[in-house]
Amino acid sequence: MQCDECKQKPATVHLTEMYNGQKSEMHLCPSCAAKKGALMFDPNQFNIPNLLGGFLGGNQALQGAGLANPTTQATCQNCGVRFMDIRNTGKLGCPNCYQAFEDELESALKRIHGNSQHTGKIPLRSGEKTRIKRQVEDLKEQLQSAILAEDYEKAAEIRDALKEIEKKLD
Amino acid sequence: MGIDSLLYSTHVGWMDSSAGPETDVAISSRVRLARNLDAVPFPHLLNEQTGKKVIDLVKQACSQSEYEPLRSLQGVTFDQLSELDRQILMEKHLISPQHAHFNDSYRGLLVNEDGSRSIMINEEDHLRIQGLLPGFDLEKCNDAVQMLDDELEKVLTYAFDGYRGYLTACPTNVGTGMRASVMLHLPGMAMTAQTNRIFHNIGQLGMTVRGLYGEGTEILGNFYQLSNQVTLGLSEEEICHNLTLVTRQIIEQERRVRDSLQKGMAYQLQDRIGRAYGLLSHAGIISSNEALTLLSDLRLGVDLGLITHIQATAINELIVAIRPAHLQKRAGQEMDAFQRDIKRAEVIKDILFRK
Ligand SMILES: [Zn+2]
Ligand SMILES: [Zn+2]
Repeated sequence: MQCDECKQKPATVHLTEMYNGQKSEMHLCPSCAAKKGALMFDPNQFNIPNLLGGFLGGNQALQGAGLANPTTQATCQNCGVRFMDIRNTGKLGCPNCYQAFEDELESALKRIHGNSQHTGKIPLRSGEKTRIKRQVEDLKEQLQSAILAEDYEKAAEIRDALKEIEKKLD
Repeated sequence: MGIDSLLYSTHVGWMDSSAGPETDVAISSRVRLARNLDAVPFPHLLNEQTGKKVIDLVKQACSQSEYEPLRSLQGVTFDQLSELDRQILMEKHLISPQHAHFNDSYRGLLVNEDGSRSIMINEEDHLRIQGLLPGFDLEKCNDAVQMLDDELEKVLTYAFDGYRGYLTACPTNVGTGMRASVMLHLPGMAMTAQTNRIFHNIGQLGMTVRGLYGEGTEILGNFYQLSNQVTLGLSEEEICHNLTLVTRQIIEQERRVRDSLQKGMAYQLQDRIGRAYGLLSHAGIISSNEALTLLSDLRLGVDLGLITHIQATAINELIVAIRPAHLQKRAGQEMDAFQRDIKRAEVIKDILFRK
């Protein structure tokens, strides 16, 4: 089930709200729930809607999520940890494990965080590439909306900017 | 020299109620960043030799930094500390309960004089950078840790992936690696049975509630630690902002409840606080649970202005000073539970009526 709010991430938070005898349901991903919830939190009444479903836990959530079905006997080349070990301990062996078990982790991360992609800080020194990639993504989005708005002048400008930046990536 | 004052004194920076905002409800705020070195196995797989390299790299990055708050951190490794001293650091919230169990030479702590900035080394991750301040001040905590992080990153190459963010030993911390938390004292809401209802549902906001000493610890003395659970897919600012919004509303609600209690149940409230004061100042044997419950009542009396000759800071200090390791450190000897209960009663009087 998709999140009612962003229509992208899986909905793991399910809210029911009673309003004037009318029941309404909402299905949200944890990050949208976090954003919305903070606002729904009415300090005068504390009428937080009942939680019916998913709660984000620690290792239990991890074990209960994607990691419960190890599909491979895969091993991380860098540290030698097997996927089985990760499932048992809830801990990865080394940073490279994130690459080695990328597919297996994807669903677990979505389950835990409601997301699988980082949108926060990028390290100043070693994050140059990531910063450029993020700029490219942003510009591509702007380009799309410029085209949809039939603002071809602006679209051309964005295209030029994109070319400039993509040079830096090579 | 070094961290001695943090071991011997019962006071650390976060206890100073006069130095932070909203201290009538919020005891302290904390932000912690998990960081790891590129390609190096996570601490649970480290041997002594590689572990040593990690700690040396971090220490060097600090001592050679031009950033004074980083350069002035004092270091200690856990082979240099007794188990009691590690417990002392844990009770002061400078290291985690898990970290305190280890006596390895490659695990340790870097910390400043008042404990407001620290770095746990080779806990679950290679680095856990912490900012810990009195009252409700997540923004300042965040600024402090981000500055330390930026300075460290000039020298250390972190395990970072453009897609997953900062890579951590446990996938529950990946992304920002950030855990922000606020320690709240909510006697009013507890008295009116509102806390369960709120905190039962806090998970849907991507947050969680714990006791005084984090994961798996009981709620004692109406002290609640509220923190973010989601670390991936939100920015550091969003995490702080969300937690700030929710905390602010809880603080407002607690004040409203206190206000109505004071109006509607003035005698009962006064009686309860007076009894707590009486027991704390005259008891000769007191358990940790009883003491925390009574200290919570007393603290409420101070915050409501019903008790004027005791400082909130003294009560914050007592929350820690009555813990087992602090009692034994003070006594200079190991003590069984009964001996500690006696010592605890003595320490409470000492600190409450200290001139
Ligand atoms: Zn969403
Ligand atoms: Zn690995």
